[in-house]
Amino acid sequence: MPRTRSHLARFERQGLKPLAFWLLALPGLWLFAQWGLLLGGQDHSLGFNPIETTHRFLGDTALYVLMASLAVTPLRDLTRWKAVMKIRRRIGLAAFWYAVLHVIAYLGLDLYIAAGMSVSGMMAGLWDDVVERTYITLGMLAFIGLIPLALTSFNAMIRRLGALLWRRLHLAVYPISVLAVLHYGFLAKGNQLGPWIHGAALAALLGYRLFAYLRHTRLRAQHPA
Amino acid sequence: MIRRPNEIWQASGDEVTPKPLFMNRRKIIASAGAIGLAGLAGCSDASTAAQAQSPVGTHTPDPERQLDYARSDFRLDEALTPYDAVTGYNNFYEFGLGKGDPARYADRMTTEPWSIEVDGLTDRPGTYALADLVDFDALEERIYRLRCVEAWSMVVPWIGVPLSAIIEQLRPSPAARYVAFETYLNRSEMRGVRFPVIDWPYREGLRMDEAMNPLAFLAVGVYGEILPNQNGAPIRLVVPWKYGYKSIKSIVKISFVADQPETSWNLTAPNEYGFYSNVNPQRDHPRWSQRTERVIGGGVFARRDTEMFNGYADQVADMYAGMDLIENH
Repeated sequence: MPRTRSHLARFERQGLKPLAFWLLALPGLWLFAQWGLLLGGQDHSLGFNPIETTHRFLGDTALYVLMASLAVTPLRDLTRWKAVMKIRRRIGLAAFWYAVLHVIAYLGLDLYIAAGMSVSGMMAGLWDDVVERTYITLGMLAFIGLIPLALTSFNAMIRRLGALLWRRLHLAVYPISVLAVLHYGFLAKGNQLGPWIHGAALAALLGYRLFAYLRHTRLRAQHPA
Repeated sequence: MIRRPNEIWQASGDEVTPKPLFMNRRKIIASAGAIGLAGLAGCSDASTAAQAQSPVGTHTPDPERQLDYARSDFRLDEALTPYDAVTGYNNFYEFGLGKGDPARYADRMTTEPWSIEVDGLTDRPGTYALADLVDFDALEERIYRLRCVEAWSMVVPWIGVPLSAIIEQLRPSPAARYVAFETYLNRSEMRGVRFPVIDWPYREGLRMDEAMNPLAFLAVGVYGEILPNQNGAPIRLVVPWKYGYKSIKSIVKISFVADQPETSWNLTAPNEYGFYSNVNPQRDHPRWSQRTERVIGGGVFARRDTEMFNGYADQVADMYAGMDLIENH
């Protein structure tokens, strides 16, 4: 069916990236709309503790999107759908932007207000949290780790770094995703199921990549170029 | 009164008269000033009183669930947390981890009939029906601040009896230095216990002097009504100078013991949750700063500074004189 195939090719060329953009933006737009309703005194879906809901929502979204970015390559390998690689960087950047919003919400809605609307108090509160609270330490490390990856996710930077260096730098996403899951795990009170599910999903993603890497190096050893 | 479990059915009379109706027969003794119904102040006719709508804050109690109670002097003079938040934003992990889960799923819990097992160092061990332990003619309303360890707080109008009244009735021996409590556990009614979030059943405890403190309260109602299940029906502890998790819900067992009892969160993470768990802004919790708290229902950005003993230092600080409250957190 050449007609269908050409439609698909056209979608992959023109529609895939915008579609990915809007899908990735959707959770953020929803949250934004809910805050609009809340501040406008309307019925909203943020519950009785809207700030807590916001933290959870942004943190969950950042983590899910980060995991989705890790799933892109395995998805291509398993389905042989090559075009999906076009949106990998976009998904990774979306994870970064949700992490940015997560940190801004934590600083602005929690620490700034807890410090009586003082920026220096907010920074002091941040330092206390990073030093004293393991889950914040882990979350901050994950966030800081994402920054160089986000800064190098533009064509010009990729060209400047070269594909090999860029790829090596971006391997950092694996330890970062481990930190992000640990951040969630250390936040959970008691022994909750959620962090274990996230951990298992991440282990599957990382395990796949390790498996693929080992197979690749073995093949290379058997068939030197 | 000591009863065996199979006698409770016959004794409680619940199968004859549903509890809400049985409670409604009693006349409302809450003062008119407390409930803002001056016109009914002199009304003593039980049938009329049972139909009276006596709003608590902005909430009008459901006549089917309304309780009769007196006002007490334990009244925090602050705006009540709205009814929807008090009954819709709960931690009751037996019904799930989400704050809305208890309100969604707790109605599956069977609260009638209800019996409480009393054991340990007491002259009156046995299994008691709820109405044998709690004098429903002597209910009082107390408005306390509830401070959750998750750094949020509410102002809640509880209805119940002082814990000391029940302890006196149960006559613990002088060797009983602590009192331990246990929450109901039923795997088919509580979806949250399928996973070992903590080592079920939920357990809590108090030192005997803490339990006898006039502030310590056993609630059977809130906002003028019988407790909704998600708030710990049919009977729960309220110890307002301690973090919320000390105020154990849906109590089925009271034990008088010589040694400090095991408590659920302390077992789960001893470095985070101590036995005492007194509200203390100076003791920084490894998870949440305890210096300030979000005021639930008080506006999106509402926060207040957390007070030592949640503001109840005058009534409770003496009990901890000479103790290092950071060490004994």
